[in-house]
Amino acid sequence: MIGRAILALTGALLLAFLISPAGFAPIFAPFTRNGAPAIYVQTPILSLTLSHLALVGAAVLLSTVIALALAIAVTRPAGQEFLPLARTVTAVGQTFPPVAVLALAVPVMGFGAGPTLVALFLYGLLPVFENALAGLADQDPRVTEAARGMGLTPRQRLWQVELPLALPVILTGMRLTAVISLGTATIGSTVAARTLGEVIIAGLLSSNTAFVLQGGAVVGIIAVMIHEGFQAIEAMAARRAGRA
Amino acid sequence: MIPHVDRPGILFALVGGAGLALPLVQFKANRIVAGEGLGMPAALPWGWFAVAAIAALLLAGLFRMGAALRLAMAVAGLALVVAALGAAAQALTPPDDTLARVAPSAGFWLLGLAMALMGADALTRLRPSLPLRWLLLGAAVMAVAGVLGSGMLDGISVMREYAARQDMFLREASTHLLLAFGSLTAALLAGLPIGIAIHQRPGLRRPVLSGLNVLQTIPSLALFGIMIPIFGWIAATWPAAANAGVSGIGIFPALVALFLYSLLPVVANTLTGLSGVDPAAVEAARGLGMTRPQLMTRVLVPLALPVLLAAIRIVLVQNIGLAVIAGLIGGGGFGTFVFQGLNQTAMDLVLLGALPTIALALVAGIAMDLAVEASRKGAA
Repeated sequence: MIGRAILALTGALLLAFLISPAGFAPIFAPFTRNGAPAIYVQTPILSLTLSHLALVGAAVLLSTVIALALAIAVTRPAGQEFLPLARTVTAVGQTFPPVAVLALAVPVMGFGAGPTLVALFLYGLLPVFENALAGLADQDPRVTEAARGMGLTPRQRLWQVELPLALPVILTGMRLTAVISLGTATIGSTVAARTLGEVIIAGLLSSNTAFVLQGGAVVGIIAVMIHEGFQAIEAMAARRAGRA
Repeated sequence: MIPHVDRPGILFALVGGAGLALPLVQFKANRIVAGEGLGMPAALPWGWFAVAAIAALLLAGLFRMGAALRLAMAVAGLALVVAALGAAAQALTPPDDTLARVAPSAGFWLLGLAMALMGADALTRLRPSLPLRWLLLGAAVMAVAGVLGSGMLDGISVMREYAARQDMFLREASTHLLLAFGSLTAALLAGLPIGIAIHQRPGLRRPVLSGLNVLQTIPSLALFGIMIPIFGWIAATWPAAANAGVSGIGIFPALVALFLYSLLPVVANTLTGLSGVDPAAVEAARGLGMTRPQLMTRVLVPLALPVLLAAIRIVLVQNIGLAVIAGLIGGGGFGTFVFQGLNQTAMDLVLLGALPTIALALVAGIAMDLAVEASRKGAA
């Protein structure tokens, strides 16, 4: 309960800061030196936050759809041959550092939001795919058997039994992807994507700690809220799947 | 369905086919101008032979066969692609020209991907034993070292960037390793006792774990950035700390940031590992008259070892990747090349930083996976 209250309070503070950053200047002023500005004003922080969230949202949505489709494909009889390969590729792919993937996307995509979106998308595929695979492949054979016994077609089994049962695990994968993407998107600013990383990097370049703090705090708070939000939805899905 | 057709083989053939159609290399008159893409036949003297050989391998891969034979084919294909890249660089660069750059292009990467996928598929189907997998990992590392050492690829842009700053590369490589392994060591020294403490006092679990969880969600860029003023201030305020090596610039803030990121996996896995130990084993050890420290070092920790090693794997792979960001705050490591390259739009320099990072993370990840599996077998 206390955790909820703190979370709500932090959320309200974040909202207030995004709407009127100037009001928070006294808080950040002690972290500046030589009369440097306390609040980043080159681009409104609200618009950076929105484009940051849009980028992450698009990447997470895209990777979820593709990863889910791939996971469903390799757990059907027709795609069975790809299953071992898919597992290996996922395990190996997750060791690729996100920053390196981002850097490698630049020569292909040029600077801007493009390479960031591609890197976030590619990197986001893996957690969702791995979790969806675990959820779909490791189901109790008795449940599958019972569904077949009830005369459900393969398509009905997928939509009415397998996917609902795997949903909590799939949501966990989405949560991992979303939190990793939020953090990694800040690095996208080094390749000229418009994200909150811009504020942090401006702070690093001008040795202005206030900028680093406000950029980091906004991303951090959003990450914690997304993390908590997903966990709540996961718990709900788990209750519905009868696992809680 | 057509009999005897290997479905993954179709995928590899499609990826490889696209690789053959796309340019193998980019030829640039110097390192920052836009390049001209050259396919295999145009890029090297024996180009048509290479195309035919690779196409034959991809087509043969369409049919079902033993996994060992498939693996041999993938290795042969990979060797051929790498040899073609090296030969293209040698054939395209005019003698005594130090400005011209021959960079690997989409065709090379796709062909490499197709062969790597084919090899990975074969390896997964072979189910090699644990010792054999160690041997294969060692052989792969030796093969890469051999190819790089032989000078075969010296004409390639990345290797030219390397040749131009050999000393710096070695220095940044050792910094990178120091960042990754140093922070891991510190995280183990601090995280293991914390994990043991919250195992024994369940009341502390929630606050400690949620605190570390919040730490984990701070974007790496911000955490690295915040460390600079904090330690700069500490070093300026307490001369003793500055003398002990605490500093707001250089490697120190990066090391601390990586250490903080490593705490959650170590603490959480220590707790999971200890909680997973069979109570009967603990009871039996108590019955033998073991003291609490004895119980910890002789029973609990050995039984929890696989989970602890899994934590080391997570931390090591994560830190090798995150250490790249140190390059942005002047902490050194391979990130120095990545961000310098991005600033100068010199992609060869980006590759010089990114490729060793990926290789390092891959080798560390695979080696630790093998270690986890070995320890599971030992514990069972």
